[in-house]
Amino acid sequence: MASCKYAWPPVGHRGLIGQSISRIDGPAKSSGRAKYTYDVKLPGMLYGACLRSAYAHAKITAVDTSAAAKMPGVKGIRVIQGVGKEIQWAGDEIVEVAATTEQAAQDAVRAIKVEYQQLPFFVNEANLQKDQAASRTKPASELKVGDPDKAFAEDGVVIHEGHYGVPVITHCCLEAHGHATEWTGPKNLRTHSSTQGVSALPMQFAEALNIPSANVEVICQYMGGGFGSKFQMDRWGQYTALLAKDTGKPVKYLLERAAEQEVAGCRPSGFARVKVAARKDGTLTAWESECWGTGGPGPSGILPIPYVLDIPNRIRRHTFVSTNIGPSRAWRAPNHPQSCLLTMAPLDDLAAKLNMDPLELLMKNAHLAPENLGKVYREELQKAAELAEWSKLWHPRGEKTSGHLKRGLGVSFHTWGGRGHVSNCLFSIEPDGSVVAELGSQDLGTGTRTVIAVVAADTLGLPVGAVTVKIGDSRYPYDGPSGGSTTVGGVSASTRRAAVDARDSLFAAVAPALGVPADQLVAVGGTIQAKNDPTKRLSWKQACAKLGGRKIQTTGKNPGECMLGSSGVGGVTAADVSVDVETGLVRINRMVAVQDCGLIIDMKTAKSQCYGALIMGIGYSLFEEKIMDNITGRMLNPNMEFYKLCSLPDIGELVVHMMTGPGYDERGVIGLGEPPVISPGAAISNAVANAIGVRVPTLPITPEKVLAALAKGGVA
Amino acid sequence: MERFEYASPVSRKEAVGLLAETWGETEILAGGTDVLSRMKDYVSTPKRLVSLKRIKDLKGVHYAPGHGLRIGSMATLREIKVNTYVQRYYPALVDTANLIRSQQLHSMGTIGGSLLQRPRCWYYRLGYGLLAQYEGKSLPPEGDNRYHAILGNSGPAYFTSPSTFAPILIALEARVELLGPSGSRTIPLEKLFTTPTKTGEREHTLHPNEIVTEILVPPAGGIRSAVHEIRQKEGLDWALTAAAVALHMKDNTVRSARVVLGQVAPVPWDSQEAAHALVGKTLSEQVAEAAGKAAVSEATPLSMNGYKVQLTRVAVKRAVLQAAKGGA
Repeated sequence: MASCKYAWPPVGHRGLIGQSISRIDGPAKSSGRAKYTYDVKLPGMLYGACLRSAYAHAKITAVDTSAAAKMPGVKGIRVIQGVGKEIQWAGDEIVEVAATTEQAAQDAVRAIKVEYQQLPFFVNEANLQKDQAASRTKPASELKVGDPDKAFAEDGVVIHEGHYGVPVITHCCLEAHGHATEWTGPKNLRTHSSTQGVSALPMQFAEALNIPSANVEVICQYMGGGFGSKFQMDRWGQYTALLAKDTGKPVKYLLERAAEQEVAGCRPSGFARVKVAARKDGTLTAWESECWGTGGPGPSGILPIPYVLDIPNRIRRHTFVSTNIGPSRAWRAPNHPQSCLLTMAPLDDLAAKLNMDPLELLMKNAHLAPENLGKVYREELQKAAELAEWSKLWHPRGEKTSGHLKRGLGVSFHTWGGRGHVSNCLFSIEPDGSVVAELGSQDLGTGTRTVIAVVAADTLGLPVGAVTVKIGDSRYPYDGPSGGSTTVGGVSASTRRAAVDARDSLFAAVAPALGVPADQLVAVGGTIQAKNDPTKRLSWKQACAKLGGRKIQTTGKNPGECMLGSSGVGGVTAADVSVDVETGLVRINRMVAVQDCGLIIDMKTAKSQCYGALIMGIGYSLFEEKIMDNITGRMLNPNMEFYKLCSLPDIGELVVHMMTGPGYDERGVIGLGEPPVISPGAAISNAVANAIGVRVPTLPITPEKVLAALAKGGVA
Repeated sequence: MERFEYASPVSRKEAVGLLAETWGETEILAGGTDVLSRMKDYVSTPKRLVSLKRIKDLKGVHYAPGHGLRIGSMATLREIKVNTYVQRYYPALVDTANLIRSQQLHSMGTIGGSLLQRPRCWYYRLGYGLLAQYEGKSLPPEGDNRYHAILGNSGPAYFTSPSTFAPILIALEARVELLGPSGSRTIPLEKLFTTPTKTGEREHTLHPNEIVTEILVPPAGGIRSAVHEIRQKEGLDWALTAAAVALHMKDNTVRSARVVLGQVAPVPWDSQEAAHALVGKTLSEQVAEAAGKAAVSEATPLSMNGYKVQLTRVAVKRAVLQAAKGGA
């Protein structure tokens, strides 16, 4: 391994890798100089707006745009779904208009007349019997391993049965979906898009608009959140481009908040009836689950439960429920947060039935996790227990002290892949000393730009600020979309390979001047110097000046030579909560995230991912739910008023510990965006059960549900 | 939003003259934190918006011994919160401002706006009207009513009064001065609110061509008061229920009491039952508990908001206990 020239530097030879480095675009963002898609204003630009269906399920019988077309400022109108089309969710696009001001566009939308034939709709799937009665279910899969019936019948096993669930939630990107699009030639399109896939989007536009993919330029310098929901051009993207073509003007359309919440993606729900058995010593022996969920009109993912632990005898059945709630999209770690809760909550309940500390139950069964994860989980559980003061604060279920505030602890673990995606880095060292890395990647706010700079600067022995990173434009070399926690592994590997090759070319160029063989040179502290004789040195600028007016240009690829990354991480979340048993209010005292992700490039942005994930996790555990109305078929909270997200006073103390050093670093770089958001739901649910002595079966854990659970038992 | 005319009068009288005689024609702009979002969502579509911002004598917070507090309707929540007299004599008003966890709302929101803001009922805000009618049916009873009224909810109004300040001001026996074309009138604050009975009616008794000019709070000597709100979020969020309590004490005995609830009924709910449970009693955990129970004795929860009964019981109990500890 060590013989490979691209290998990551070993401990002691890392200048920047693994340090806590602030985002290089932090000042631009915090000062407002960073321009997001929303900020784009092109000369002569028109504004788009959409007429959306007021009904959850309906057939369009008439569309009349004639009045709108005559209104002042209206320059273009496109019917997206005309007469005869069947609408499957409220908020679906019917007509898009382009006008000289946002107001004119909205006025035009209100002047369009659409007639509908309403059809029966179905928007709430939590009750499987009702789903079946409405003929909305479709059996999806059954998986059986071992002999669950026999294992459940085994003498002396302790069996727990329960019902659990996670509702549909939305992404709540602070920057809505959308584009600002212009035609730069008859078959040339340039679009500023809020996207997770700068390099992937041209193909989508090209196909939809029947133009060559190479003629499409997609730009996204800064991005206000995607979380899995921004991989597509989307129908509004296609029609924005068509309206730009029709009118000969640039058109910008970003979704209004209500549309963003209603149509731009939801995370599928997951509900399950679970039966799980263990021997008296806590050894898990059998699992049975009947699981269902909705991803809108189409199928959603099949939830892989039991999650992480391959209980030897197990059977699971999954049923899709189709609903008129808008389509699902990937949401940070697709299927995992739901599966995690549907597994870790019943296991916690089983531990309570066994009179066992759930931490001990997880330790005992960690070996059921695939590959090497069992060992990782045990290390991480131990660390999380220490940081959460588990031995001091944990108590058997139901805090027995007087007073209305009950404190409880809960824990859960999770896994994710995170192997680096395809990446291409075009790397330059200029004779004047400038260093530029170009990749058709994007920074979702995670720190991608910074990570590229750190890898390049570390390789060249330069400060982070010496590297110019050019991303966010499809004219740069192709890079994978940012999904599945694949970006950091991809861009760090391609950048490393390109930077090493460029550095070696520079060594070759300056070796004669220094009188030292190229392979005896090192780049460190802003100099090129002889490995064994630091007096033989050139400053970076002097060295580059030896290039004789020719710049060095290299390309690094991922995958490629040398193992620079891998996949498969573990992580543990512990929650410490207080529950007011008179009001049902849950308050977070502390959240602990212990996470591995191989070699960490930038400790600060890595930890930031975990902090953000914990906050997002608290949100979906306590507050978030796409509330659908059975009478109107509408989403009742398409806003940020009753679609509640955490605010600062709601998050308590956040503690993040990254697993590093031997056993972790040598795995190379692995993605981190997704994993830490998986466990908070289960950890918080378990902590609440520990506090009040009874399970609140579904998220979000609202005062109403806590009081309902307490009415059935527990400490109150 | 719909096109509208913007009027920016400099005097009270001029403002009144710009208001229409019927609802819907004109709206008043104070801090704008509610009306502008209603207009953007086409929930309110006035033809003219009358701003009160340039009327100097609607601002300010004044205190006179023996008379009490005079708050101009355009005083911001921050002005109230930082006022020395408010802090000294009406600490419950400072606590009330602090329940609103938003610097922006403190800066922009006015006391008049707090009293006259419109309900947050999601059916109303989605455009189904204040009484939330859909295809001839009333939505809340059969729909999602988790945040709707548990008192005074025999219909057709099921929304809840959202004002954070109304309950405590009513408990403190505040009066409001209103100005219309034929002069001014002063009414007890609770009389500003009413439960609409048919479409077209509002939840305020203010006439379409009147403005609130001042809020008058009597001297609070010998009163112990407190507010307690139960919010799902610790940060900015609407309360699920709220209680304001003002107790006139004689030695250790409650001589008279006002218990006013927010977010539970279409109007700030003046609970005679809770007040009755307190009068003549020495304050204790048991007495507070009894007041809480009494406050919800007449509650008629809908299909999904039964939990608000328990929350209200607790809010009243805690407000009473808090008042028992503090106040002057």
